[in-house]
Amino acid sequence: MVTSNTQSDALIFRPLPAQTPPLSLTGPLGWLRENLFNGWFNSLLSIGCLVLLTIIIPPLLSWTIFDATWAGNADSCRESSGACWTFIGHKFQVFLVGTYPSSEVWRPALAGGLLVLLSLGTVCRVFSKFILISMWLVFPFIMYLLVNGGLGLPIVDQSRWGGLMLSVGLALVGILISVPMGVILALGRRSKIVTIKSLCIGIIEPIRGVPLITILFMASVMMPLFLPENMQINNMLRVQVGIILFSSAYMAEVVRGGLQAIPQGQIDAAKAVGLNYWQMNVFVILPQALRHVLPSLVGRCIALFKDTSLVIIVGLLDFLGMAKASTQDSNWLGFDAEAYIFCAAVYWVICFSMSQYGRSIEKRGPSEH
Amino acid sequence: MSFSDIFSGDGAARKILNLLIQGAVVGAVAFVSWSLFLNTQANLEARNIASGFGFMSVEGGLPINDTLLPYLPSDTYGYAFLLGVLNTLYVAFLGIIFATIIGIIVGCARVSSNWLVSRLATIYVEILRNVPLLLTLFFTYAVVLASLPHPRKSLNPLPGIFINNRGIYLPSPNPHNGFWFVLIACLLAFFLVYLVYRSSKKKRKLTGKGLPTGRIAFGLIILLPSLAFYLSPSVIDFEFAVFKGFNFKGGVVLRPEFSALMTGLVLYTAAFIAENVRSGIQSVKKGQAEAANALGLKSTLIMRKVILPQALRVSIPATTNDYTSLVKNSSLAVAIGYPDMVSVGGTIIGQNDQAIEIIGLWMAVYLTINLIISLIMNWANGKVQVVEN
Repeated sequence: MVTSNTQSDALIFRPLPAQTPPLSLTGPLGWLRENLFNGWFNSLLSIGCLVLLTIIIPPLLSWTIFDATWAGNADSCRESSGACWTFIGHKFQVFLVGTYPSSEVWRPALAGGLLVLLSLGTVCRVFSKFILISMWLVFPFIMYLLVNGGLGLPIVDQSRWGGLMLSVGLALVGILISVPMGVILALGRRSKIVTIKSLCIGIIEPIRGVPLITILFMASVMMPLFLPENMQINNMLRVQVGIILFSSAYMAEVVRGGLQAIPQGQIDAAKAVGLNYWQMNVFVILPQALRHVLPSLVGRCIALFKDTSLVIIVGLLDFLGMAKASTQDSNWLGFDAEAYIFCAAVYWVICFSMSQYGRSIEKRGPSEH
Repeated sequence: MSFSDIFSGDGAARKILNLLIQGAVVGAVAFVSWSLFLNTQANLEARNIASGFGFMSVEGGLPINDTLLPYLPSDTYGYAFLLGVLNTLYVAFLGIIFATIIGIIVGCARVSSNWLVSRLATIYVEILRNVPLLLTLFFTYAVVLASLPHPRKSLNPLPGIFINNRGIYLPSPNPHNGFWFVLIACLLAFFLVYLVYRSSKKKRKLTGKGLPTGRIAFGLIILLPSLAFYLSPSVIDFEFAVFKGFNFKGGVVLRPEFSALMTGLVLYTAAFIAENVRSGIQSVKKGQAEAANALGLKSTLIMRKVILPQALRVSIPATTNDYTSLVKNSSLAVAIGYPDMVSVGGTIIGQNDQAIEIIGLWMAVYLTINLIISLIMNWANGKVQVVEN
């Protein structure tokens, strides 16, 4: 009895405790194997990349951080082998606002602060849509008043505008005007009236076919020839008009893509309830179409902001222009790399945050209601 | 009936009002153009600017230092502008080729299963895409040029190649009669390979089994030219750049302006093409590769016959746009002083103020180039689209 008992005891199936997976498949080692060394080709690639990184990164780090000069003047920069970040400090105001008078710098600073707040408000969606749109329409006027002067503030001549302020200004005005113009051009391009349609195509296609530089040359050199002699406008405004024209053509194509995505049923339904053309577009078609193409619109805005750097070619000193100009300062010769890297970092932060915002809209999806 | 009916072109009043509005649009356009024309004429007269293309045959005396054909300052404006157009075409052509190669490599790297490689590719793409091209150009021009040595201390990475701050000096090839013989052999080999592929395809359709095309092609392309090479007495010799006086003489020179423009343009466009390649590959559903794998296809064949044809459908239209913007962006040459069409034209405007003619020519040339690119790419796109039976 006892023996059979022990026998059956021995025969009962008792699973062993689960073994931990081999060390080479889990933890950091497993991760390395999975992601860097799965196969001979990937292993070779990884080793190649690691070698490359060990060659590049240490000198780069010592140049940008450890050997860099953070205080002092041009001479102390020349003595060290690293980057000269004091140069950026010295030229900071020039980079941001150009030759704007120092006593009035608080004005563009305040305007910039307003813009940052407005953008944060948009991204965090603290306001309702109506308030948001009206704020985007009203704030630029306040900013313009601040920067330009008037209403008690002394006027600052536009020839002294420059730096990042000018880049942002040109881009902001460009975006705010070219989006509605793009919508109108896109609607016109889909119009059934032949002359309107061909007029819109005749505006959109040639502009999209040529580089921005030729449009800027046209704005800066040709526009004075087109206008009557008593109606001459300054170079900055002409360049702004050129940027708006250029951008509108691209915006129009983006909007057209959205319009084409709207099913015919929506149009038929809108007509069936008795809406006329404008009511149908404003209340039914455009809200859907624009929401559809919002990510591409953000992409165009980024492109427009990057493109404003071309104004340097027609003689305006924007952010990049100021960076280039300050490398030619005879007291600070030879710090091109620092100026351009700083400039690139600022551009990158602005453009990358805009593109992340675009991606977040894309993820949220086109239909929200 | 209301104003909106007129715009949309429907409704009861459609016919009459449609005509009216068409007339109004034509009238407005005509009026605006006419008044612009009058203004322009008055302004041109007031400023004493000539009009018409007569200036093209005038001796220009422009300083252009990097041309594909020989140029003298005594040549005409028209010839100088033509050289600018050639330079634009040259940059665009080379740029498209290199940007495509780098873009495909980086795009594949972005979807690589290798963590490090895909991260590095992402960093590359995100940096280049979010910084203005002009800044990249200035950076390459100023920083890379500044870090290169004086001609006396030129870098000499390979025999016959010298790099200094005046440019990159390569040996210039000097083809002999044998070279053309070898070239013909190459072309012949490619033609034969094409024939082999065609007959293999035919045979496979009939019997289910093709020819060993890979081996035959490899053999033909290696054998024929090398045979020609051995048979011909002299094929090619190289003229090396030699240090004389203050700088190198002879050989082929890639000037810093050209190198900076190409580097910036190619790296920038490659980042965009890489994104197209990535989105193309990611648009092909995983099941496609798995199904092909289950059928027993080799991984190279899966890539070539299953994934790529579907990925190209997504990538090609976007890449067409990037090619046309590369052509347009090549106009940034003016900012770093490479004599492309815009740069030469800008100098001409500076000398004789005939902006309208020059800008008109620019537009015509860019529109033509972009039209040609669109035609070629639309043809390529038609090839890869789904053919519905």
